[in-house]
Amino acid sequence: MSAASVTGPSARLKWIAGVLVAVYALITLMPLLWIMATGFKTSSDAIAYPPKVLFEPSLEGYVNLFTTQTRQVSGEVSAPGTWYERIVHDKGMMITGPSRYGERFLNSVIIGFGSTFLSVVLGTLAAYAFSRYRVPLKDDLMFFILSTRMMPPIAVAIPIFLMFRSLGLSDTHAGMILLYTAVNLSLAVWLLKGFIDEIPREYEEAALIDGYTRFQAFRKVVLPQAATGIASTAIFCLIFAWNEYAFAVLLTSGTAQTAPPFIPTIIGVGGRDWPAVAAGATIFLLPVMVFTILLRKHLLRGITFGAVRK
Amino acid sequence: MKKTALLAGAAFAAATGLATGEARAANLTLCWAAWDPANALVELSKDFEAQSGHTMNFEFVPWPNFADRMLNELNSRGKLCDLMIGDSQWIGLGAEAGHYVKMNDFFDANGIDMADFIPATVTGYAEWPKGTPNYWALPAYADVVGWTYRRDWFERPELQAEYKQRYGRDLRVPETLAELKDIAEFFQGREIDGTTVYGAAIYTERGSEGITMGVTNALYNHGFLYENPEKPYDMPGFVNSPGAVEGLEFYKALYDCCTPPGSSDWYMSETIDAFKSGQAALQMNFAFIWPGVNADPNVGGDRSGYFPNPAGPAGQFAQLGGQGISVVSYSDNQEAALEYIKWFAQPEVQQRWWDMGGAPALQAVVDAPGFAESQPYAQAFLDSMAIVKDFWAEPTYAELLLAMQNRVHRYVIAGEGTAQEALDALVEDWTETFEDDGKL
Amino acid sequence: MPGTAMDRAASATPPGIARRVRGLSDRAIAWLFVAPTIFLLLAINIFPLIWTIRLSFTNYRANRPNADVEWVGLRNYERILSDPEIWQTMQATAHFLFWTLFFQVLIGFALAWLINAKFRGSNFWTTVIVLPMMLSPAVVGNFWTFLYQPQIGLFNYVVAFVSGADPTGFSMIGDVPLAPWAIVIVDTWMWTPFVMLICLAGLRSIPDSIYEAAECDRASKWRQFWTITVPMVLPFLMLAVLFRGIENFKMFDLVVQLTGGGPGSTTELTSINLKREAFEKWRTGYASAYAVILFVTVFGLASIYVKALNKVKER
Repeated sequence: MSAASVTGPSARLKWIAGVLVAVYALITLMPLLWIMATGFKTSSDAIAYPPKVLFEPSLEGYVNLFTTQTRQVSGEVSAPGTWYERIVHDKGMMITGPSRYGERFLNSVIIGFGSTFLSVVLGTLAAYAFSRYRVPLKDDLMFFILSTRMMPPIAVAIPIFLMFRSLGLSDTHAGMILLYTAVNLSLAVWLLKGFIDEIPREYEEAALIDGYTRFQAFRKVVLPQAATGIASTAIFCLIFAWNEYAFAVLLTSGTAQTAPPFIPTIIGVGGRDWPAVAAGATIFLLPVMVFTILLRKHLLRGITFGAVRK
Repeated sequence: MKKTALLAGAAFAAATGLATGEARAANLTLCWAAWDPANALVELSKDFEAQSGHTMNFEFVPWPNFADRMLNELNSRGKLCDLMIGDSQWIGLGAEAGHYVKMNDFFDANGIDMADFIPATVTGYAEWPKGTPNYWALPAYADVVGWTYRRDWFERPELQAEYKQRYGRDLRVPETLAELKDIAEFFQGREIDGTTVYGAAIYTERGSEGITMGVTNALYNHGFLYENPEKPYDMPGFVNSPGAVEGLEFYKALYDCCTPPGSSDWYMSETIDAFKSGQAALQMNFAFIWPGVNADPNVGGDRSGYFPNPAGPAGQFAQLGGQGISVVSYSDNQEAALEYIKWFAQPEVQQRWWDMGGAPALQAVVDAPGFAESQPYAQAFLDSMAIVKDFWAEPTYAELLLAMQNRVHRYVIAGEGTAQEALDALVEDWTETFEDDGKL
Repeated sequence: MPGTAMDRAASATPPGIARRVRGLSDRAIAWLFVAPTIFLLLAINIFPLIWTIRLSFTNYRANRPNADVEWVGLRNYERILSDPEIWQTMQATAHFLFWTLFFQVLIGFALAWLINAKFRGSNFWTTVIVLPMMLSPAVVGNFWTFLYQPQIGLFNYVVAFVSGADPTGFSMIGDVPLAPWAIVIVDTWMWTPFVMLICLAGLRSIPDSIYEAAECDRASKWRQFWTITVPMVLPFLMLAVLFRGIENFKMFDLVVQLTGGGPGSTTELTSINLKREAFEKWRTGYASAYAVILFVTVFGLASIYVKALNKVKER
């Protein structure tokens, strides 16, 4: 409690608070650790009844994640060459080819980075204009921007689906990039506006006096100053696009499907292959965990559309 | 990258093909569900690629999204799939909306005779309207709901004795649904080798078609009919007949008494998991899983056995699964696609299909001497294929299915209302759908 | 219109700056910079909205592009508002909304309060706690179905370990009375950190001087908590509730993966129901009307809420 700062919270109070928070954090972490652990189980260990906490690690899940397999046909089994072929072979299976996971992951990367790039570029331009010119009705505009995100994605998806179908954009990378850009723009504009607002106008005015054009001043003075803000905005946009599910599941299927709608549908050979699902989830979640740690300082600002800046 | 290759292939095919009309290498895409048989088909198709010079691509969609995704593809006249191994119930839509190429002339020209295929698969996978010689697919994968049981548990003398004492008959493969329920009840909550096991893992899934594919096995055998056999689309008194109500009540009773806890949203893969992890004595599932069960390190081999859906008071039927292979009418590679079907229909290929874990519908393969003994599950497969019945295959199948999923799940799993109310409501839903479609 | 706002903005810019600009005028730059954003928002947000409203008065079905489209007036709206099943989904949504907000506010505030004691390692633990919030709800939700399996999942065993109950005696996503709580638990697990972060910002915004003054007045800690801490954090808390409320009103990915709306329709939230109507039954016109109703509801509730929030802020 801040009140304690008058006297300072007692060491014991601090200790109790620390323990409580740590316990909560560990509980909260358990499902995530379980996902990661399951990725290294064999399929029978994963569905062991009751669940196994201690197990012999295996790369089976990761091999299954990246390959498709079929049962060995007697008489035409070639000797296994590589370590992963051996894992598959020992289960009486053989590899028929790569799985779709790599492709889906790549789609997530392409669509994630593509839409992030576009929303940050467009967002920076718009945010600069909004920041440097007096915009009347600011609060109302803020609410308008917020309102574009209030619509349930499923509701928006109905006309988007029809629109994309008639424009030939359904299940294309371009279509998804445009859609995610539009969804992310509101976030980008408002976050970036906040960041640009914090850059003193005097810098630019000095540049203008030095003979820069307005555009040069923007490019050479404002952009470098806003770099950190732009970077953290970009990460927020990326995380959103990376995690998005509703639009992806409705508007993509084969070509442009991203990982979130794909991962839950990973099934193995005969039964749900939980280690493969867990392996796929782990690979997919790790980058975001890293980003989250990088973003620590700007997290709050990002999740509140810049409404809370501290 | 794949798409560009595909487009280039299509463009190349169109350019050269129209000009010369000669056989040229096409890039074919075959669409199916992502499951074990599909991976076997990839392996099988390598022979076709080698023989024909065509390249095969595969688009396999996981079951929960299969219908959504593929029907959407067809409805938007997509060119992704040249060949479609579409679910049996889509045939009406495929035929009426012109998504599939009609096969009669092709079959005649190439000596493919539907009389050579298991009759139930021809009706189920190829014909529309049903019962007329209009073919829109070649039966590709024969599948049916059946049961797997733990033979090792059934054979334990102490369990056999206890069962006999309690039910007055031997612990053996059930001949009726009532016996099946007794067995499930017998195993429910029992300690076997230190773990608690349960009676039967059955279909209860809400999202796609799971509970419907399960409950129909009880409904048919208690007297449920989709419509008046004399008058199409006349449903009251057939869908909600007293027998049908009894069948639905039976399924709920089975779910309530004898299934593993938490099996409220289970379909093919969850029931397998339950069986393989040693939770269940009985497992309802499509026959496609049998090769996998047989090969399983924990429950495979002698430890498991297979039997067709047992009879009920009104007869013995089993829910048909499986698919026919069709040529998509929006494809630019129809000729090459038909070539594939011609190749696939050959008896040698069909035999290899069985050897690799596929399930052929060609009579010559399943009638061959030694077929019934070729695998531990072969006899159960044959018996099951002889008693199949399918869900609606109407163009409005998706809506009909959604209604059934909703009504049945609410009654069986959530325990809302009575069986009579659920089926009455189902008649209303279905009537509305057929009225909207102009069939009523 | 944002366009006219920009015009006014540009003309309102002090002439002093404008005169110094070479090359493009300020006004041109403003337009150039803002136009792509406005265009994209119009194309992908506003235009579809108008289209949805139009479709909502028809019987259009997207899976039958060739069928005749009839104008049905308000019939879709009448059918929706008189459909008991839709009211049931609204109830399920309200239950989900209320309890997730309740728990997230409670736990989130408590955590923030504890973290604000600034013990050693508090930054590290804060980062750990925040992790679930940043992850893909669909992927994580899918995995929770595994955790919730009574026989093979972790959740029941942990609960059994703590409470002594039989781990296979209950099924979080299978039992009708438990399923609504299963989704509340996962959402709370994911999003409590969100409320926590915002509360933390609120706590840190309170100047020490206020407490010092209270201390001089000999106000008890308890009194200080209720007269200083809570009112000062309230605007932040309300903001958190606004964000979470809107998000959970739209909830789709997490719950569709967890329960798919089951058992029966126990956890069929409006978004899931809407998806069934729009993309499974393909009743596009009807679903559009449904979408409009949802939008009006959330927009209306949010407007009222924002007004209240502004009042609290002004105090």
